[in-house]
Amino acid sequence: MRNKLKHSATKTLQTFINILPVVFGMLLLTSLVVKLFPSNISAGLFGQNSFFDALLGATFGGIAAGHPLVSYVLGGELLTSGVSLFAVTALIVSWVTVGMVQLPAEALMLGKRFAIYRNILCYLFSIVIALLTVYTLHLIG
Amino acid sequence: MKDKSQKSKKKVSGGWIFLAIVLLIYGVIALLYSELALQALTSFVQLLYKVLPVLLIVFILIFSINFLLEPAWVKKYLGSHSGITGWLTAIVGGVLSTGPIYPWYALLKELNEKGMKKSLIAVFLYSRAVKLPLLPLLVHYFGIAYTVVLICYLITFSIVSGITIEQIDSRLSNTDKF
Repeated sequence: MRNKLKHSATKTLQTFINILPVVFGMLLLTSLVVKLFPSNISAGLFGQNSFFDALLGATFGGIAAGHPLVSYVLGGELLTSGVSLFAVTALIVSWVTVGMVQLPAEALMLGKRFAIYRNILCYLFSIVIALLTVYTLHLIG
Repeated sequence: MKDKSQKSKKKVSGGWIFLAIVLLIYGVIALLYSELALQALTSFVQLLYKVLPVLLIVFILIFSINFLLEPAWVKKYLGSHSGITGWLTAIVGGVLSTGPIYPWYALLKELNEKGMKKSLIAVFLYSRAVKLPLLPLLVHYFGIAYTVVLICYLITFSIVSGITIEQIDSRLSNTDKF
């Protein structure tokens, strides 16, 4: 019991030691980007239409790597700085479902065809989920 | 699926290198535009102040899951892939599974060799998008309504991904199967 407790605490600490520099780095970077381009983010790339926003968000989330916690922090701060909820939702969904970095490992363990099909599906679903989530929120007020 | 920052010592140093690069950028900006760097740092401290309590909750939840849940538990209940139970088990197993994805690939490969369907693997992997320990953070940033709606869709689409993978697999010729 004591060993398990110690093992769990060590494992959790290791997880956090791995996460913290990335979280701190992302927060620092986000703060800087928001100060540098406060209005350009929403007025530029994003905000054309909901589908395009979701497409961009999903693409960025699919390529980006990092702990999901980082995507929530980044998504939350991007939303505050004016990026649409379509883009942010697609970003956080594709961040955790599409795995470009893990694709070779997934292909090796579970089959190339399976890994490719699954990741393409996940990318498309992240756009659909972004649209559905935001429209559902509008519907329920 | 993306738990990419925790895998190895290489990844650990990658995180610290990333932080070092960001600090270097700050250093350069501070030299050139001290006012801007100061504003960004002030914004960072405010962000950190908001995020730290939530990080503490996340730490406690990750610890609880590490302490209470064994990968063997998921293996036991995913071994049987009979009907609705298999699908439900795949969803619950995916939601409850934490940590880097790589050990889970190994487990899923083992289960697949013992007869677990690829569709259930897809469901399991998609369900991992629901991060229970991180829910406080999601609620903090996006609100309860958003969190509930998003989770419902994530679970729904985990099933859709399983069904779609099953459909694709059944349409492929025997030599092209997954």
